[in-house]
Amino acid sequence: MALLAAQEGRKVLLVSADGRGDISAFFERRPVGFRPEMVFPALWAMAMDTEASLQEYLRLNLRIPLPGRVGPVAKVFDFVATAAPGVKEILTIGKICWEVRESLEGRAQWDLVVVDAAATGHVVAQLGAPGAIDELVAVGPIKAQTGWMGDLLSDPAVTALNVVTTPEEMPVHETIELVARVRETLPVPLGAVVVNRVLPELFTHADEAAFQMLRQPTAVAALEGVVGPGAGDVLTAADLAVTLRRTRAAHLSRLRQSVELPSLYLPELFIRAQGMRVTRMVADALGEELGL
Amino acid sequence: MQDDNLDRLLAAKSIAIFCGPGGVGKTSVAAASAAVAASRLGGKVLVVTVDPARRLADALGLSALGNLERPVPGDRLKAAGLDVRDGLWAAMLDTKQSWDDLVLRYARDEETAYRILENRLYHNITARFVQSHDYIAMERLHEIHAEGGYDLIVVDTPPSRNALDFLEAPERMADFFGSRLLRWLTMPYRVGGRRGARMVNLASRPFYQVADRLLGSQFLEDIAEFFLNFQTMYDGFVERARSVEALLHDRRTTFVVVSTLEAAPLREAEFFIAELVARKLHLGAVVLNKTLPDYLLDDAGDAAARALVADPGPAASAAAAAEADLDAATAGRVLATIGESFLNFELAAKREAELRGELGRLSAPILRVPAFEEDIHDLPGLARLGECLFGGQRDN
Repeated sequence: MALLAAQEGRKVLLVSADGRGDISAFFERRPVGFRPEMVFPALWAMAMDTEASLQEYLRLNLRIPLPGRVGPVAKVFDFVATAAPGVKEILTIGKICWEVRESLEGRAQWDLVVVDAAATGHVVAQLGAPGAIDELVAVGPIKAQTGWMGDLLSDPAVTALNVVTTPEEMPVHETIELVARVRETLPVPLGAVVVNRVLPELFTHADEAAFQMLRQPTAVAALEGVVGPGAGDVLTAADLAVTLRRTRAAHLSRLRQSVELPSLYLPELFIRAQGMRVTRMVADALGEELGL
Repeated sequence: MQDDNLDRLLAAKSIAIFCGPGGVGKTSVAAASAAVAASRLGGKVLVVTVDPARRLADALGLSALGNLERPVPGDRLKAAGLDVRDGLWAAMLDTKQSWDDLVLRYARDEETAYRILENRLYHNITARFVQSHDYIAMERLHEIHAEGGYDLIVVDTPPSRNALDFLEAPERMADFFGSRLLRWLTMPYRVGGRRGARMVNLASRPFYQVADRLLGSQFLEDIAEFFLNFQTMYDGFVERARSVEALLHDRRTTFVVVSTLEAAPLREAEFFIAELVARKLHLGAVVLNKTLPDYLLDDAGDAAARALVADPGPAASAAAAAEADLDAATAGRVLATIGESFLNFELAAKREAELRGELGRLSAPILRVPAFEEDIHDLPGLARLGECLFGGQRDN
């Protein structure tokens, strides 16, 4: 998505919310840190680091002189973050919201901030952090910060939560549950469901009947006579492909019925490559789905 | 070759912890191993699972919530071809209830226990504190093991961002509750009794200054109250955490790492294996789930597929001649398509073989489970999966 937007001429910040610096590997670049680095024309990447985020926050907002610099602050932070749930989340979401607000107000350059958020089990806690902190903390500067973050996160003109899944049982199940939980507990607007790794439909209905006839022993023998002893394996593999596709189609239709969101479908890629090649192919497929 | 299964491993161990990246079918593999171990090896077997898919939970008789261990009905096992003599039991992990039980057990009196249970931070910590899942899973394991009710306990670990969290959880818990910072934080409240003075003369200390300005004093007070109460359980708690850790290192405990042959999960699994080894924990086996069949790598299939893609005509005519109802044009279209499909899957299988090769130099056996065309959601499915992991009729 970030690559697609950058290719469309927008300035993009790509954030790995769980701090994986190797997100830049998708662009064949060395790992990135908290400071955004350009990994592709018009595309910068950064890895979240909650401690760095806290320091930045203290520096920018409170003007608190940091006693003894990193050492004690890191220790205290570590402790408070472990003791007080939501602290790490608020620092993650806070940094992201801050970049967005700075851009909206013309002090930062991003046209789009793309966040690779936490996994399903954790993303609700992450996006709900402003609300949770709001409940826990009665007063103080953190409380004052949660308001504007909540406003940005709940504004459909600014934020969309897009859920990525694969057409398998557990991922679909988790997606349905996540969408329901988000609708129930978060003010964050939902965007689309992106279904990755969709297997191609091999046959039309008429072709399916022909395929079944080709699997009859007499036909297999005839095929082996022409293309060699591997004909049987080719037929078996096709049957596997058809069955996998069918099982997945059932999960897909359950997904469609349950979430009522626009869906984008990305094909399973049968390629050897990794890195930039894959990123490009996925971006192209996404662009096609979006009609770009 | 003789060791290429879970038979010996699970016959020799009393705790098998299944771990690995999320989304690789860990729960199914753990449940299948427990079911087949119960039928092949005998003994009373328990599988503790975290968040099974609904249909799998139903299959194990786990439709109700709660920590209770329940027997999987014998007639259902029998119907699935599993001859279980001493019983297969299943339990789900209820994090909240496990924490409550822990508090009730270690609080010095009922009043303290209830004060903890009612603290609003307590709810947050137990429900949202991510690592608490991991700790409580290991804690429950210890409890069940100490009761001595089972010959084999199979544990499906919680899905976590960092697969190592649960290994570090006991240690971190102990460190956390024993930390000097905690004492420091709660100090102002200890001076004047349990719910004593607010932070009066400590305002000058930089830590309180920062904390107070960031979080507000009410919040700090809540934290302090919670930990002050929690600290009364410290000794029991830390001792418990230490014995949980000892249990993980016990020679009767083994770890089975589950992964798929996809780049990202496999990288996580490799990292996890390295950490297990570094911590001197027992790596019993690596299970590669949902792998593609070997015939996709055969030269004959490759040759046939290439011939069909290049020119399906001759094969289509031959097949149409053999099958009366088959139309040669349709057959040609289908044959070109399935040739293409074979080459795609062959490529995927080669990618898998390459990744498997990278795993090659492990001391533990590497077991493969084929990609079943249907999802595993019932006992016959588990039995089928389990058979791939145990000796005997392998190689399908």
